[in-house]
Amino acid sequence: MVKYISLNQIEKIYSLLEQVSDPEIPVLSVLDLGMVRDVICKEEEVEVIITPTYSGCPATDAIAFDIKLKLLENGYSKVKVTYTLTPAWTTDWMTQKGKIKLKEYGIAPPKNKTANQNNSRIHKMLFEEEDSIECPRCQSTNTVLLSQFGSTACKALHQCLECKEPFDYFKCH
Amino acid sequence: MSQTINQTLQLADTCLILGQRNSEWCAHGPILEQDIAITNITLDLIGQARNFYQYAATLISKNENKNITEDTLAYLRTEREFKNFLICELPNGDWANTVLRQFFFSCFQLLLFEELEKNSDTQLAAIATKSLKEIKYHIKWSSEWVIRLGDGTEESNNRINNAVQQLWPYTGEFFMPADYEIISVSSLKEKWLQSIKDVFDEATLTIPQNIFMQSGGKDGVHTEHLGYVLSELQYLQRVYPGAEW
Repeated sequence: MVKYISLNQIEKIYSLLEQVSDPEIPVLSVLDLGMVRDVICKEEEVEVIITPTYSGCPATDAIAFDIKLKLLENGYSKVKVTYTLTPAWTTDWMTQKGKIKLKEYGIAPPKNKTANQNNSRIHKMLFEEEDSIECPRCQSTNTVLLSQFGSTACKALHQCLECKEPFDYFKCH
Repeated sequence: MSQTINQTLQLADTCLILGQRNSEWCAHGPILEQDIAITNITLDLIGQARNFYQYAATLISKNENKNITEDTLAYLRTEREFKNFLICELPNGDWANTVLRQFFFSCFQLLLFEELEKNSDTQLAAIATKSLKEIKYHIKWSSEWVIRLGDGTEESNNRINNAVQQLWPYTGEFFMPADYEIISVSSLKEKWLQSIKDVFDEATLTIPQNIFMQSGGKDGVHTEHLGYVLSELQYLQRVYPGAEW
């Protein structure tokens, strides 16, 4: 007998995915990050297609494992997680809700869209900083970049010159 | 098929070996932020290497009807089978040497991957597109260091000048074609030289002229250093085959 999977079923899977978080930034779910590209249900099998964020991000394998586990725990017996590289992941896919959660967690969310970035401008951009990233603690824009590379691949390290606190910035990518 | 496999392995080996060298800086960087920077770049390179190895493993497994994985390719091949550029396997030297190598390599990688992105092999193109976003950070970071050291103190200027003398003979290999390469690398030379010159001008450095260029890495003929890099990298799998953690 063929079992039909209704739209309701897909919604249920998405609500489970909402509970799977990034192990390095636990406040963000995989949906907030924009990593989930598609959910396909075929008969008994559920396939979740995800895009890795950075090539070397060690959280990617953990996330794929957590997705599988979450669905298995909730009664889906055949679960497959597939990676896709195209189109390449971008912070433009991060949800508005995700950006608010990030800020409340103490990480400044990506400020701009990536669409207008251009390779040939790299040289002109030397020693330039992304302008006035807002401090997630005191909201001052009087902040300075300490390092383009932070505690994880997706973050840069900034410091607020008002409240003096260093903070992470989720960089546009 | 074997042309694509060899090309993919060359890209993978190059990223892996440079990543392995850079990782030696972990906990030894000049200051904490720069330690984190060079290890972040390393992580990107190892991630890129994994993407290429996984693709090569799929192709080889299909072609030879064997079960080859990314680990087999990284941990169980000998130095004559590695196709990385010689410049990647050279010892790190001082900080000037390390950042200059990253600068030379990243500028080349950008041009190469911009071509690869247009290739009809969709998987190679996809890996290139993804990596390009990361490479831009590497170029910005390494260019700034070359300028900072070149146009800095007498000591820093001496150090980066020594690095130029040591590394320049290994940059010619980027542009010498190997028979399996799917991109016409010699055509990238002029653009690469221009991007080096732009930064060198600001760093008060000069490009060396008429220097003999080393080669061989692309065809598996390496310096004496690669064997040592691999013996450390592959130790665990060689001594405890199949070990996992």
